[in-house]
Amino acid sequence: MTVPLDTLAAPARRGSARPLLGRLGGLARQPVLMVSWIIVLVVIGWAVAPRLFTSYSPYEGDSAASFAPPSVEHWFGTDRLGRDLFARTVYGAHTTLTATLLAVLIAFGIGTVAGLIAGFSGGIVDTAVMRLVDVFLAIPSLLLAMVVVSVLGYSTQNIALAVGISSIASFARVMRAEVLAVVTQDYVRAAYGLGRGRLGVMLRHVVPNSLSSVVALAALEVGTAVLAVASLGFLGYGAPPPQPEWGLLVAEGRDYVATHPWAAIMPGLALALVVVAAHRISTSYRKEHRR
Amino acid sequence: MTDVPEREEDPLLRIAGLAIDYRTGRRRWTPAVRGVDLHVDPGEFVSLVGESGSGKSTLVQGALGLLPPSARIRAGSIAYSGVDVTGWSDQRMARVRGNYVGFIPQDPNTSLNPVKKIGQQVIESVRFNAPDARNAAQHREAALESLRTAGLKDAERVFHQYPHELSGGMKQRALIAIALAGRPRIVVADEPTSALDVTVQKVILDHLMRLREELGIGILLITHDLGVALDRSDRILVMQDGRIVEEGPVRQVLENTTHDYTRRLLDAAPARQAGRLEPTSGPRARPTDTSPVLRARALTRTYQLRGGRGRRRQLRALDGVDLVVRKGTTHAIVGESGAGKSTLASILVQFTAADSGTVHIGDRELTGLGRRELREIRRDLQFVFQNPFTSLDPRFTVGKLVAEPLQAFKLATGKQERTARVVELLGAVALDESHLHRLPAELSGGQRQRVAIARALAPNPGILVLDEAVSALDVSVQAQILQLLVDLQAELGLSYVFVTHDLGVVRLIADDVTVMKGGVVVETGPVEQVLRSPRHEYTRELLEAVPGAGINGAGTSGGERVGAAIAHQA
Repeated sequence: MTVPLDTLAAPARRGSARPLLGRLGGLARQPVLMVSWIIVLVVIGWAVAPRLFTSYSPYEGDSAASFAPPSVEHWFGTDRLGRDLFARTVYGAHTTLTATLLAVLIAFGIGTVAGLIAGFSGGIVDTAVMRLVDVFLAIPSLLLAMVVVSVLGYSTQNIALAVGISSIASFARVMRAEVLAVVTQDYVRAAYGLGRGRLGVMLRHVVPNSLSSVVALAALEVGTAVLAVASLGFLGYGAPPPQPEWGLLVAEGRDYVATHPWAAIMPGLALALVVVAAHRISTSYRKEHRR
Repeated sequence: MTDVPEREEDPLLRIAGLAIDYRTGRRRWTPAVRGVDLHVDPGEFVSLVGESGSGKSTLVQGALGLLPPSARIRAGSIAYSGVDVTGWSDQRMARVRGNYVGFIPQDPNTSLNPVKKIGQQVIESVRFNAPDARNAAQHREAALESLRTAGLKDAERVFHQYPHELSGGMKQRALIAIALAGRPRIVVADEPTSALDVTVQKVILDHLMRLREELGIGILLITHDLGVALDRSDRILVMQDGRIVEEGPVRQVLENTTHDYTRRLLDAAPARQAGRLEPTSGPRARPTDTSPVLRARALTRTYQLRGGRGRRRQLRALDGVDLVVRKGTTHAIVGESGAGKSTLASILVQFTAADSGTVHIGDRELTGLGRRELREIRRDLQFVFQNPFTSLDPRFTVGKLVAEPLQAFKLATGKQERTARVVELLGAVALDESHLHRLPAELSGGQRQRVAIARALAPNPGILVLDEAVSALDVSVQAQILQLLVDLQAELGLSYVFVTHDLGVVRLIADDVTVMKGGVVVETGPVEQVLRSPRHEYTRELLEAVPGAGINGAGTSGGERVGAAIAHQA
């Protein structure tokens, strides 16, 4: 039998139009999720308006204060040239996050469309698209990204492109799986019966109903992409040295990790927190939209 | 069936004042069972009847100690043979279940472990409940014995088979064998036959009755089907909103119905109706123009099945099926699962292509039409799905759902015109403007099916194909939807193709009926003729298996009996 509450509670529930206050209330009950959101929002703030968060310049240092440990004045300490590391991390957020966002957008856009076409068309198209995806999956994504950057030239935009291309495959796979599940639903068959053409059915029924998993994946992919962008920066494929970029900051601090560990640890910590926070948010989104 | 078993001091099961809540918020509890008293004596067959949401399954879970973590027992007590087990730990309850009370779960298709052989699963139950039998050979013997008791003639073979190799009825017997393995004194069965065909249901219920007589066990049957309850039990309890509203011996409940709800349930039962439903507007005019609107000829459809080790098997889902639907009438297609009736319905609207054969709508041939032409034809030919929980896009509001065909066929252009038409359509199915902005999840099953019907009516079709359109609904809701369909037919002159497994429903709504078995039409003709004097053995069998022959037995209404009575006249 059905759970009786389902039927009792159904008429009162308004799934989509949950008031904002209720949502925030729900957030307050999950402290970890709330902290994750705060971290992500603060870092976005850094990227948008770094000046609001620090009065130091990311480029000019005070050579007298080189390698100052973290203090009230310099929260993350200073580097070899006496530049404030907190300021460099804050300004670096812009480069890293823009590249990340671009990467995820590329992967999301191309991957979702590829998966949709493959899942919806089936047959030869499906086979062709998915075998191509398999080829992408067979190459380690970091290696693929390095190849792309090497071909296109070292720059942050190219890193974004490279990371994006290397994660198209996972989006395509998830989207295809969702589409295949949705296409067999009665309401899709019903829509054909009601006179919709293939395009109408696809855009109105299939896409909206298969997107939630892909959106959750996008949130998850943000964390992975931050890491990939920073890794490439760390290896020197990204922005040239004076620029603050998280991967580069860690790379610069690496040489002094034995004597002045904060130079590498502090930017690394920022990086790690963003990745974990993105992961947490993705998980909660997936739980909320589980069918 | 009614001889009184020897009285013992305590009943096998006594539930007193039981109240169970579900957690619906942090500190909010919603009651599901609100103070129920119930007892089952040795050798007694007690039925607990109620519609979905009445709390009957929760009650049983509570009695067996199988409540989900989100539920709690607020008050009351549960006692087996006078031993109060309320508040026992799961470990202690596990000893009671199996040894003392056997449980037969609802859906045989999901209740067996698919990767274990039947034998192993029965042995598991034997080993757990009969520790005195020490060695494996004894366990095996006991398990085989249990399978035989459950009515599986070829116990040796079933012992070595996996669940997927068995039919639904055999799986249910295997589950009965598992329930009986611990030699329980009472068997609790939660909708044991709801997922099965009527003929299989009859066999399983017959067997339960026999077990009760042979082993003297008590049986508590949970069911939504008043017909089954009336046919089989000594005593009936009717449950609504977590309370028992009516209780007593079958005859008493039938003759002196004290509660409104019970009366409504009885009236809603298809077997209660004398004949075809009349529209509420008045007696319907016999359709004069009875030219065929839909003709199917020699439809054949074969599915390729993948057998083990690369073998290919073919399944003939349809084999040369003919069908003629007269204008303004209802043509029912009846059969059990696997009869090919859904495939037929699906081919009629061209969701599925036939291998061979033709379908004519009016004078147009459907098979082999292109997408564009098909779309045009579909204005006149609409489909209503069995399950209103899956046939509506969960993201669309009611307004958008009903407006979809209007948009797709470009029928009502302009927002205002479209909204007006949607409201009009909702009115036709007894819903109103207040439902416009609701999502399907916020509607009950009956309301959803109304929305689906409104949507199908939107392009003004002449023919509706309804695939088990009322089978997923409670009887009282089912009665409303059937009445609605009859009213709409009278008003709009619609023709229906009505696919169903329920012969009771056929009598209410159909003018003609086609009986199918194994992809072949075994009998076709006007309803009165086919139901009154079935020519084919299979039709007779189906009619005999319909439960609820007893509903009219008490003579409360002058109507004839369905099922057995009709068949015996022949």
